[in-house]
Amino acid sequence: MRALVWHGKEDIRCDEVSDPQIEDERDAIIRVTSCAICGSDLHLYHNYVPAMLPGDIMGHEMMGEVVEVGKGINGALKKGDRIVVPFTIICGQCDQCKRQNFSVCERSNRKKNLGEKVFGHATAGLFGYTHLTGGYPGGQAEYMRVPFADATHIKVPDSLTDEQVLFLGDIFPTGWQAAAQCDIEPTDTVAIWGCGPVGQMAIRSALLLGAKQVLAIDCLPERLSMAAAGGAITINFAKESVVERLNDLTGGKGPEKCIDCVGMESHVSLAQPDTIYDRAKQMMLLENDRPHVLREMIYVCRPAGVISIPGVYSGLVDKIPMGQAMNKGLSFRMGQTHVNRWTGDLLHRIEEGQIDPSFVITHTVGLEQGPEMYKVFRDKQDSCIKVVLKP
Amino acid sequence: MSVADRLTNITRSPGDPKVLKAGPSALGATDNLAHKLSWFSIALGVVELVGAERIAGALGMRGKEHLIRAYGAREISSGILSLSVDKQAGLWSRVAGDGLDIATLLAAYRHDNPKRDNVGLALAMVAGISLLDVIAAKGVTARHSRGATKPRDYSDRSGFPGGLAAARSASRSGRTQEPGAA
Repeated sequence: MRALVWHGKEDIRCDEVSDPQIEDERDAIIRVTSCAICGSDLHLYHNYVPAMLPGDIMGHEMMGEVVEVGKGINGALKKGDRIVVPFTIICGQCDQCKRQNFSVCERSNRKKNLGEKVFGHATAGLFGYTHLTGGYPGGQAEYMRVPFADATHIKVPDSLTDEQVLFLGDIFPTGWQAAAQCDIEPTDTVAIWGCGPVGQMAIRSALLLGAKQVLAIDCLPERLSMAAAGGAITINFAKESVVERLNDLTGGKGPEKCIDCVGMESHVSLAQPDTIYDRAKQMMLLENDRPHVLREMIYVCRPAGVISIPGVYSGLVDKIPMGQAMNKGLSFRMGQTHVNRWTGDLLHRIEEGQIDPSFVITHTVGLEQGPEMYKVFRDKQDSCIKVVLKP
Repeated sequence: MSVADRLTNITRSPGDPKVLKAGPSALGATDNLAHKLSWFSIALGVVELVGAERIAGALGMRGKEHLIRAYGAREISSGILSLSVDKQAGLWSRVAGDGLDIATLLAAYRHDNPKRDNVGLALAMVAGISLLDVIAAKGVTARHSRGATKPRDYSDRSGFPGGLAAARSASRSGRTQEPGAA
């Protein structure tokens, strides 16, 4: 079969690879009908997240049709079922899964020792996301094996298109969780840094969860236009001061809730010297992540506010103003998404026509064009916001 | 299949797909040239740092060893930057560095310099490398820039088929709206 394979920094190729095989009785094999390139795939593309190896198959947003099931599936899935695969692999039985803390499932990371050394305790296995999280082959392929498939799936009805439900596997619940963990009140202003795909989902989620107003921060006109379409007031940080504008829009008090949909690769700008400092340190391997957005959120957030972080950070950050955060009494909520905690509700909202996540798709291409689309997406060319691949 | 692919296959379980035939790299010719120039820059920088005395002697530039070492540090910085994802900045910094090198060598290309021939040879080499640097820098910039096309307007993509107000109302009341309802 064909798959998009990581061969090194900025070197993704469409390779011929062997077909996946059932290994465990709880496995299933799916024929991938749609998959997507996620913003966090770019961190791997840039080789910023450790423990990628040449030959690793990319992709953690995918869906398809079940073509083979292991003996232990026990009727949870059958051939022909149409499923979205959450990017977090879950056993459904461990203590964390029972608490719906699915992204820290205690059993699904098959390279647990590596994860424990780096994180202290291992997190869940993730598809196509380094050997720290199991080294599982991803879904940017014609077929993929789904471990713990009896729990790791979201069944979707035939009445909905792939484009409507594909993002249930990652960016929609990720944006939703980012907003939900803010405990939004009707009087709240929610400020969202980054209007990429997760930011777009977070904007709409915050509005559906009842925010008084949502302020969206980015510098790309196409992203800002999509953010405004979703109901946000936009701030172009290349043209205006984020701090001044946020204070203006909140009567000088700052937003109660701040969401970081940027993560470890914040924009580098001469106008923001700390971003150059971070970039230089990151290049010299003295710092993993560029936390400009975190610093700005801590500075501008209203005292007793919430900082929500769905954006991916990989390791060490520098110059975080903990004094500001502590004295202002800020709460931090973060983590990989507990996908299946949210998908029942979100699927229902899609089915009923409350929201249609397909709005975010700007490019749809075949798998063989995937390597080029990584470049287009990374370089923000052709107004690209979200790429869907059709194997 | 590359040696790296073969080696990393030992980390994979029996049921995992393994590379049978690698596809073409999506890296462009200028990306590859930039990669090679980056490593050349780092190697040259190391030579300038550790061999400053010999270089100064060969070019008739005794007393300029500190300058040569500083240029070595500059070469290494440019090389690291060119290897990073910000390779455009690294390559343009190499072009600027080439200008400095040429200016310094021209100053040493005096008739009273007994090593004038060596300086001439060095100038020819720097000119050749400068040409490659300019080609790589222009090529990489063109390949990875956003381009001059007008950004698309996505202001018709709300994501709320029935409108924002109806979606918020349905969400607030815990009920859901009829598809298409205003």
